[in-house]
Amino acid sequence: MKVLVPVKRVIDYNVKVRVKTDGSGVDLSNVKMSMNPFDEIAVEEAIRMREAGTATEVIAVSIGVQQCQETIRTALAMGADRGIHVKTDEELQPLAVAKMLHAVVGHEQPGLVLLGKQAIDDDANQTGQMLAALLGWPQATFASKLAAGDGGLTVTREVDGGLQTVWVKLPAIVTVDLRLNEPRYASLPNIMKAKKKPIAGLTPEDLGVSAAPRLKTLGVAEPAKRQGGAKVASVQELVDKLKNEARVI
Amino acid sequence: MSVLVIAEHDNDTLKSATLHAVAAAAQLDDDIHILVAGNACRPAADAAAQVAGVSKVLLADAPALDHQLAEVTAPLVVGLAPAYTHVLAPATTSGKNLLPRVGALLDVQPISEITAIQSADTFQRPIYAGNATATVQSGDPIKVITVRTTAFDAVAETGGSAAVETVDAPADPGLSRFVGQELSVSSRPELTSARVVVSGGRGMGSADAFQILEGLADHLGAAIGASRAAVDAGYVPNDYQVGQTGKVVAPELYVAIGISGAIQHLAGMKDSKVIVAINKDEEAPIFQIADYGLVADLFKAVPELEAELKKAG
Ligand SMILES: Cc1cc2nc3c(=O)[nH]c(=O)nc-3n(C[C@H](O)[C@H](O)[C@H](O)COP(=O)(O)OP(=O)(O)OC[C@H]3O[C@@H](n4cnc5c(N)ncnc54)[C@H](O)[C@@H]3O)c2cc1C
Ligand SMILES: Nc1ncnc2c1ncn2[C@@H]1O[C@H](COP(=O)(O)O)[C@@H](O)[C@H]1O
Repeated sequence: MKVLVPVKRVIDYNVKVRVKTDGSGVDLSNVKMSMNPFDEIAVEEAIRMREAGTATEVIAVSIGVQQCQETIRTALAMGADRGIHVKTDEELQPLAVAKMLHAVVGHEQPGLVLLGKQAIDDDANQTGQMLAALLGWPQATFASKLAAGDGGLTVTREVDGGLQTVWVKLPAIVTVDLRLNEPRYASLPNIMKAKKKPIAGLTPEDLGVSAAPRLKTLGVAEPAKRQGGAKVASVQELVDKLKNEARVI
Repeated sequence: MSVLVIAEHDNDTLKSATLHAVAAAAQLDDDIHILVAGNACRPAADAAAQVAGVSKVLLADAPALDHQLAEVTAPLVVGLAPAYTHVLAPATTSGKNLLPRVGALLDVQPISEITAIQSADTFQRPIYAGNATATVQSGDPIKVITVRTTAFDAVAETGGSAAVETVDAPADPGLSRFVGQELSVSSRPELTSARVVVSGGRGMGSADAFQILEGLADHLGAAIGASRAAVDAGYVPNDYQVGQTGKVVAPELYVAIGISGAIQHLAGMKDSKVIVAINKDEEAPIFQIADYGLVADLFKAVPELEAELKKAG
């Protein structure tokens, strides 16, 4: 079974995000970019499946600007077998991404697509579910455990009330949550090896899909700042303030 | 035209998240319908009919809808959607699981976790872990939206008397099935709707140490939450996690204990009315947003706080 892993290039999770003064977006110039942390977990899981013999090939696919190739290289250095880059400079939204992935799935015929549950830039949490809809495949979102068997996968999902376990028939879409695994670091020899692994280049036109955004972003603003920073010297003072100043107890 | 709200329920009762989504719907239209999809879910539908401002309840009751798996529920919603201008669900794990699937089948780009409504087609939503707020306009014929519950005050649970209308459930495509669940049982208020939340972080050091928060939470009538680090370390279950990728809370009082204040954590609690932080590191970033910061060892401060609260009555 081939496993396809969509990996998104996003602002590194450690970077302090700044909104541009003209309100058009956030400032991405000269900031560190990395693979979306959830996607690292998806890549790790796919590699473990290949190591365990349940997967035969791991394909990393990234959609976006030229530098997405770096994100694909990271996946290759972790152990993915080959990459696909769909190059576009368009602002990407999950429906368009899902449509492009749908077309890639049509070419590659994977048995499983492993995505991150959410990209930490748009915080949309949509792409996997939308891809599942377009393919007519089952979806297991927010996965914290996977086990293959019975012509499908048994997946433990992190839900608001606790944990839910579902079985999905293959081929399927799984979106991964934080506690599925700990992604490995790429070793230096593997980083060198990754440079020789192939990355196929495509465009949205090749896939017959429009990348144009549906939602129009009218503006991006900084949220109201909290006035924090006050300290209390003792537990007594804290209780007094909560009672008589904040009046919350 | 009307607005459709997808109810969050457990067949017997309506979850409070639904009341927040109805509040958002009320800003869009006077004619609000609620879909209750489930198995033997008549009691939940009857509860939905009582909700203030609701004019109709659609009841889809079938064994295939038992755990509202998206593969069965999405086609149901897609069949109903053309009669509505907006389809809303609370931004819970079930809403987030279902609505994008609905959106794709309708060829609509959904809008996740809205925090404000500017007009029928323009909405605000947080991006980048809440470090920025985007205003987005949708040109799609049906708006498919999840609602951040903390941003819209719940409507009243009672006061309405809507008619309950039965709708047919689609057949189960057999793509997925429910296997089991392990739900946390707690006598405490629900994390996302509690008036007070007491959260512990990695500083708690162990699962046993979380016990010292119990007495404090009891006294305050609080829910207990946690940082990702505390959940990853196995101190508490996953459903305690507050943050960008966990639950979003906005209680009257949030007490962060042994939590450093990473942006991913702040994303889930910075809209709380009053924030208290207890941390032994005076440089911890949590102090920058706390209204009352106490630099102290939590193992000393928490029992002291509990005793002092008891004294204060
Ligand atoms: C993709 C992604 C998503 C994430 N999502 C979330 C999320 O949803 N929620 C979330 O919380 N995090 C999330 N994180 C993790 C986040 O970045 C931080 O790692 C995490 O919040 C840290 O948890 P913490 O504050 O408990 O631990 P630490 O940062 O280790 O802080 C522990 C604190 O305890 C204090 N302490 C230790 N001992 C004591 C003592 N005896 N008395 C008093 N204070 C003490 C220390 O001074 C320190 O400040 C996410 C990270 C990523 C990459
Ligand atoms: N441009 C992209 N290229 C590759 N994968 C993507 C892209 N955008 C989203 N994804 C995948 O979809 C997941 C969820 O993203 P989102 O729906 O935007 O929160 C990510 O974790 C990725 O696995």
